[in-house]
Amino acid sequence: MLAKRVIPCLDVRDGQVVKGVKFRNHEIIGDILPLAKRYAESGADELVFYDITASADGRTVDKSWVERVAREINIPFTVAGGIRSIEHAQTMLSMGADKISINSPALLNPDLINTLVEEFGQQCIVIGIDSFYNDQSGEYEVHQFTGDESKSRKSAWQTKDWLQEVISRGAGEIVLNCMNQDGVRKGYDIEQLSALRGFCSVPLIASGGAGDIQHFVDTFKIAQVDGALAASVFHKNLFSISDVKTAMAANKIAVRPIEALQETT
Amino acid sequence: MSVVIVDTECANLTSVRFAVERLGYSVLITDDVEKIRSADRVILPGVGTAAAAMRNLQRKQLVEPLRELTQPVLGICLGMQLLTSHSEEGDVDCLNLIPAQTKRLPQCGLPLPHMGWNTLQPTADNPLVDDQDSYCYFVHSFAVAVDEYTIASSEYGERFASMIRHNNYFGAQFHPERSGKTGEALLKRFLELELC
Repeated sequence: MLAKRVIPCLDVRDGQVVKGVKFRNHEIIGDILPLAKRYAESGADELVFYDITASADGRTVDKSWVERVAREINIPFTVAGGIRSIEHAQTMLSMGADKISINSPALLNPDLINTLVEEFGQQCIVIGIDSFYNDQSGEYEVHQFTGDESKSRKSAWQTKDWLQEVISRGAGEIVLNCMNQDGVRKGYDIEQLSALRGFCSVPLIASGGAGDIQHFVDTFKIAQVDGALAASVFHKNLFSISDVKTAMAANKIAVRPIEALQETT
Repeated sequence: MSVVIVDTECANLTSVRFAVERLGYSVLITDDVEKIRSADRVILPGVGTAAAAMRNLQRKQLVEPLRELTQPVLGICLGMQLLTSHSEEGDVDCLNLIPAQTKRLPQCGLPLPHMGWNTLQPTADNPLVDDQDSYCYFVHSFAVAVDEYTIASSEYGERFASMIRHNNYFGAQFHPERSGKTGEALLKRFLELELC
């Protein structure tokens, strides 16, 4: 049975892992490689590295660490941030990234999605969507350039429409980052995720809001997502991936057991 | 021990190379026919589409040489599908080393591609995996149906062949290079395998 995925997200800035609250006030968490290895060994099903400054600064992610990560870890990982051309994508994939995630550049140039899918295959093209609930209009709005508060702005898209657009263009997976929830640890946006699940025929990953173990259980149980992304709860050791998986298993959610705790063959 | 990864010009060559290197073997990525022929182990990786990968192999004049190998060969993901006779993806004839067909996974109300960690149910004669229900990492939308060449199966909407074998040719639908300790153990056994 396909396991639900627990995915630590490492926000990368200038070669280090950082974490901000609601996309702001970034603090340094640590070096990339030791954190990546620690998560891989402690039961992460996948890792996402997100260069939060890249799109906003008009530069691509620093390259060298991608290959170092690929050399060391034996689980899949995704690189996100500023990938806006075939060449950028090729560089990341050839250094060993399993998937690349595109966000703002896809909004600027939706044809980029088709081009990347044709070139590299659907399986490695993830679309990240930063979705903001506007309580004035009651609409979910797609935002772009969210890595930099001064450049972050609303796009013309409503989230449901953009979701369907990117899937029709061949996206292989969606990471839905619910901005209102991000970094405040009050739980995933179950309402939004549940509403969009029915429109998402590809794997859907919840992002933004993980604060306690029950939040993971709820997003899998209620919103039926395929994976859940989390950063600060793991970086700050509020609880472990093992704690999350134990709770998921107790709630009859399929999980991949943590290998370090098993006898290996 | 010489290990060769066939340069299919697909994207995930590097992660396969690193996985073999982590096991202590050196490895060569090449499209040189002689180096492929003389290698002790040949790995055929692949992501992308079957039609594009077959085009690359034809352009490099590797189709016949790959069909004539006698050492253990492991096709990974799309590389496994290339070992079959035909793929529905692009309606393309493949290497026809294992008489099976690659077809699109059915729409069963489950998200596609089939992406993530799923369990393997190996057959008793699988020389590369013993454990039932060990988890491996899959990413694919096309699959091979279960038949007499299946040496492990998995389930996603329906049961499909997650590993196949015919003589010295082996295929894994999942990515052993990204399947944690289970994948490492599988690669290690492939590299140490003695065919009789």
